[in-house]
Amino acid sequence: MIPRALGKRIMGIKFEMLSPDEVRRMSAIKVITADTYDDDGFPIEMGLMDSHMGVIEPGLRCKTCGGRVDDCPGHFGHIDLAMPVIHVGYVKDIKRLLQSTCRECGRLLMTKDQIDEAQRLRREMDELGGDTTDFDMLTKRTAKDASLKTICPYCGAEQMKITLDKPSTFRENGHKLTPKEVRERLERISGPNPKTSMVNPQEDLEIMGINPQVARPEWMVLTALPVPPVTVRPSITLESGDRSEDDLTHKLVDVLRINQRLRENRDAGAPQLIVEDLWELLQYHVTTYFDNQTSGIPPARHRSGRPLKTLVQRLKGKEGRFRSNLSGKRVNFSARTVISPDPWLSINEVGIPVEAARELTIPIRVTAANLDYVKALVKRGTEPVDEDGNYLPGVNYVIRGDGRRIKMTTKNAEATSEILEIGQIVERQLLDGDIVLFNRQPSLHRMSMMAHRVRIMRHKTFRFNLCVCPPYNADFDGDEMNLHVLQGLEAIAEGEILMLVQENILSPRFGGPVMGAIHDHVTGIFMLTYRDPKFTREQAMEIVNRLGTGIVLPKPKTIDGKEYFSGKALFSLALPDDLTISYKASICEKCDSCKKEDCKYDAWVKIEDGELLMGTMDAKGIGAFKGKILDKIARDKGTTAAREFLEVATKLSIGAIMVRGFTTSIDDEDIPLQARKDIKKMLDDAISDVEKKVRAYNEGKLDQMPGRSMEETLEVEVMKILGKARDETGKKAGEYLGIENSAVVMARSGARGSMMNLSQMAGCIGQQAVRGERLKRGYDDRTLPHFAPGDKGAAAKGFVTACYKSGLSPTEYFFHSMGGREGLVDTAVRTSRSGYMQRRLINALEDLRVMPDGTVRNTAGTIIQFKFGEDGIDPTRSIQGKAVDLDDILTDVLGEEPEPGDDDREIIGYGEQEHDTEIEPDEAIEVEEEGGGGDYEGGGSGGGEG
Amino acid sequence: MARKDTVNALIRRGISAKVSEALVDGGYNLQKLKTAPFNVITRFISVEDAEELLRKLGIRKFMAEETAEAKVEPEFPDLVARMRDAKKKAKKRTKPITIPDKVQKPTKLEQLVLDQMKEESVFLPMSIVSGLAQRLRGVKRITRPMVKKLLHRVNEKFAEHSIDAHESIGIVAAQSVGEPGTQMTMRTFHYAGVAELSVTQGLPRLIEIVDARREPSTPMMEIHLKSRITKNVEEVKRIARSIELTRLHHVADVEIDINNMRIVIHPDRDKMSTKDLTFDTLKDSLMEERRISGDMEVEGKTIVITSPESTHKKLQQIMEIVRNTKIKGIDRVDRAVIKQLNTGEFVIFTEGSNLEDILDMPEIDAQRVYTNNIVEVCNVLGVEAARNTLIKEARKTLEEQGLTVDVRHIMLISDMMSNDGDIKAIGRHGISGRKSSILARAAFEITSTHLLRAGIIGEVDTLSGVAENIIVGQPVTVGTGAVELEYAPRSARKR
Repeated sequence: MIPRALGKRIMGIKFEMLSPDEVRRMSAIKVITADTYDDDGFPIEMGLMDSHMGVIEPGLRCKTCGGRVDDCPGHFGHIDLAMPVIHVGYVKDIKRLLQSTCRECGRLLMTKDQIDEAQRLRREMDELGGDTTDFDMLTKRTAKDASLKTICPYCGAEQMKITLDKPSTFRENGHKLTPKEVRERLERISGPNPKTSMVNPQEDLEIMGINPQVARPEWMVLTALPVPPVTVRPSITLESGDRSEDDLTHKLVDVLRINQRLRENRDAGAPQLIVEDLWELLQYHVTTYFDNQTSGIPPARHRSGRPLKTLVQRLKGKEGRFRSNLSGKRVNFSARTVISPDPWLSINEVGIPVEAARELTIPIRVTAANLDYVKALVKRGTEPVDEDGNYLPGVNYVIRGDGRRIKMTTKNAEATSEILEIGQIVERQLLDGDIVLFNRQPSLHRMSMMAHRVRIMRHKTFRFNLCVCPPYNADFDGDEMNLHVLQGLEAIAEGEILMLVQENILSPRFGGPVMGAIHDHVTGIFMLTYRDPKFTREQAMEIVNRLGTGIVLPKPKTIDGKEYFSGKALFSLALPDDLTISYKASICEKCDSCKKEDCKYDAWVKIEDGELLMGTMDAKGIGAFKGKILDKIARDKGTTAAREFLEVATKLSIGAIMVRGFTTSIDDEDIPLQARKDIKKMLDDAISDVEKKVRAYNEGKLDQMPGRSMEETLEVEVMKILGKARDETGKKAGEYLGIENSAVVMARSGARGSMMNLSQMAGCIGQQAVRGERLKRGYDDRTLPHFAPGDKGAAAKGFVTACYKSGLSPTEYFFHSMGGREGLVDTAVRTSRSGYMQRRLINALEDLRVMPDGTVRNTAGTIIQFKFGEDGIDPTRSIQGKAVDLDDILTDVLGEEPEPGDDDREIIGYGEQEHDTEIEPDEAIEVEEEGGGGDYEGGGSGGGEG
Repeated sequence: MARKDTVNALIRRGISAKVSEALVDGGYNLQKLKTAPFNVITRFISVEDAEELLRKLGIRKFMAEETAEAKVEPEFPDLVARMRDAKKKAKKRTKPITIPDKVQKPTKLEQLVLDQMKEESVFLPMSIVSGLAQRLRGVKRITRPMVKKLLHRVNEKFAEHSIDAHESIGIVAAQSVGEPGTQMTMRTFHYAGVAELSVTQGLPRLIEIVDARREPSTPMMEIHLKSRITKNVEEVKRIARSIELTRLHHVADVEIDINNMRIVIHPDRDKMSTKDLTFDTLKDSLMEERRISGDMEVEGKTIVITSPESTHKKLQQIMEIVRNTKIKGIDRVDRAVIKQLNTGEFVIFTEGSNLEDILDMPEIDAQRVYTNNIVEVCNVLGVEAARNTLIKEARKTLEEQGLTVDVRHIMLISDMMSNDGDIKAIGRHGISGRKSSILARAAFEITSTHLLRAGIIGEVDTLSGVAENIIVGQPVTVGTGAVELEYAPRSARKR
């Protein structure tokens, strides 16, 4: 759709109750026959499918408006009920009204003073900005007070006890009240008073929480039932030719049938008992017609035994009208397919299969300026290709001025292009560079839906750059993603400016990058830079090869008469010219005192003026969620520079990893025999330690921990010993796994896996736990029949001494599966719980926004925060939560770092005494120890500091 | 101190010094007097005095039997009643509330920055001012132009980093807190360093926080003590013991002697001494428990209760009461553990929380008492304190899981929850159930009820929020949907 100019807006929707009069007035026909179609398949007159209520078959015309299937929206009909029936949704309100009003005169059972007070309270609450819930509670309280009265303060009539027999039977002192009697009583409230022959005041209703302008209490007891249009309850014709009616129609048939019998019996003067039974049956049918899950009555069932889906069921729940059709709508111009990676695409791009591109279109309005272009486009037909057989965009539809769509075919393309006029709309197929939205569910944050530029490609998957996997949380094990083509110029502009991938590199969650290198990209960049490897010219060319043209190789170094290119210099090609930054890399060993420049692990990264002088590139530099360099570039140089950096760096990384080659296999976990023996010794020692503890426990000699039982103490001690043993074996195994080991490279650089994973593969898997405790479930007093009852030793309670490489013993395997299952169950439970929490959070906060004055308000205009986050700083733009990077500015202004810049420098509260700062009398300003109070604003200063 | 204050407070209300002192020694303060049963008060003072006392304090007289009933009395949670309650509370307050002068004087350098700021008409939050001052401290020569330049640069950056108008910050906050939810654990862990206490963490705790539960699943307190006792282990231990709720069955075995239809209590000497209890205190607390009917006798080292009740079932009931008789400690504080911090200070950690009673203790440092029960903080200290607790707890929960979420998001959620004076849950019983839009409420949960209700009060949905506009198919009112562009064609501009 081409966007309209200023559109019309619905300003509000008012909810009112339907009166029987109105039901009849809006009714197109009175339904009396409980039948649908006659033998010829035509709707029966005054039946449930009467053509006055709209049509569902093509060819027929609506008898009310004359429209055909698509033109006629449908019209309501009505059923006149033989006897009044209570509306289930209002049972509680009816009960309250009956209890708190006089059974004879219909007045509210409150004295004048009480009424005044109640009204005052309502006014007061209105002033205080009470919401519906507050008024509701007030009403309930007032009603309760009133219902306690036993004598009417106006007519003196004695009141009786009204009880509700669920779902819809009222009793007065045990005697049943018929809906008719209930209705009569309700009519008297704020209505004609039989005793004074005056009209009871409207205030009575207002106090009872009913707005007399829109609702009358007696309307809660139905005398006429609206019949929804047939379009709302279409019948479907099965393949066999049988008609299958909608659940609502079924229910209405029931209502009509009983209604008819009730009328006949009543008019024929049948015994009271029979009439009452029928009346109750009618009540049942009307009740289930509204809500088939009313507690206390059996749900009405279909012939097949399936409960019917009636009105309330249509609306509520996840599959109900509100959540499934109103809050979420199906759309056109969208596509879905499997995703696969393509490292040569820009992070802003998405590869789209030709087949999809042919179906997805963008509307273009024909103007004087583009007439020739569009004509040419239309002339091409629906599946144009160029000389080489490559994709060219065609046109699928032309929309004429009168709104008629002309479907393009190879035949009519030529002719249509000739008659193309200014003002018509042409639906053009996708073109490289178009903006589309790309999305992967679950859409947990706004980066789950980003705008990409189209690249039409061969093959049938969507493709995108690997750096964009983290925000979508995507992998390529069969994931599918959705794509939406923007249809309006406004939407395209917003998509490009706000939603483009590069604009979302920084996450609003923590103000750092959510995109970056993953897996092999990290390994590759590590291998390119760690300890500055040397590359020959051929190798260097290979690495730089993918960057495209215009690359100037760094100056080679000559060693022993041979030319070499430094890995760090090659990496520097990706850096912007004036970038300066230093930090500790992922591989940092976390020494007690950082030697910085002299780091022997090559972990101190120092970049000056776009030159990587020292240190290793790894996950900390360009990895997703961590990338410091990426963060810095995105902030200082803009998102385009950040995108370019990421693309160039990952391409270099791929070059490097392909020059060197990289694999990991089972022999990466090989450790010498001696080490295996050492590990076995350690484990044996630990197990015998555990046995000692168990023995001490059995003899009651264990030192009990304060506040713990003997058993708990033993568990804690054992867990401690075994945990330590696992760590030590891991450390031991780690000694033999050097940085030359591929698995270690991945773990240390942050590409994938951890040293912990490696130690479990090479050393020992360790204790298996369920609910944070050693395994204990199974047989009486033991986990498996392999162990003696009461055995509290390491092996009997799930300690796995094997490593993944050596393989597990049968019992160990079993225990490991127990621990593994807990993990799976935990994940399943967690996803549903956190999903619901997020839905609630979104629902509670969705209306909040920052106003132009800086306050945060909801739709009612209530101020939630005077300044967002106490300082009005956008978390996306913040520096790891801090408003401004003071160190950066200071370095900039003073030309040098004030103090050797360490991020973790302790910040002392501002009440602290100053140590003497030297201030030169001449130029410097006098600082007096006076500062009486100080008139600074910004109350919550402590909060902003990350 | 506390005793004297209370006595004075009573005297100010026209009660004689003698009576006042007797009451205070009996363990009463003003708060407790208000709820104390008349027949319990009369144990300490004469009936006449008690009657006069109640009259002067304006308290309704009721007997101990009434207590249970009085507690059941429903509180009206609606707005008007709440407001009235607040008014009443304000009137009843004995001392005017003094807000401690928390805002410290700015340091020399801070003052300097502040002065310069004023001169340049630049306004920056105090956190930045002190951050600047902090860094200036390392600078040898501070000059006016330098500070000026710094300020302008900082101000420039600050403005650059500020949030855009109409940003739908609520959704961003909700996503930022909700998205990492899937990465959290579901386990309960032992509290940092204090192996004895376990604390709910991860997703269950976060859900608990946004649910605004009346009582968290693992309530916990951290009690700091006054500086003079904080390093005295023995004293701290004593206080910890006095806090810990001790019931009879913790220190004694209780059994039923069916032959004689009586209950026999065997106190455990060892257990009693670890809890600083004597046989007499045990006996006294049993005497005070009003629900025990029957005669109490001491037979050697045991206490025997002979009940007039004849059935075994009744006896069983009485035994339950006996077993659960409170001997000492503070209600709901089930366990108290001492831990030494790095500073050498001893801190008491408790399982279970009762902020109000703990704050009444003279030994504790009231400013540093902490509880993780947010609703309790709200009731005792007010919303602002609860809001801060909310932020602190949510932030801690996320940080423990190694998840970084900007505080501002957590602040927004907390501010939303504490916006109207008490802590509202996120969900249909709290914020979502009170939205102004009918359609938005219907779309969330309990659809039909909201629609039916809207009908009888003639509610109008003004379509000002996000959900309702999506429902009717209009652009939403946040972000780029909050503004409208009007295009004046050239012809119109000429005129």
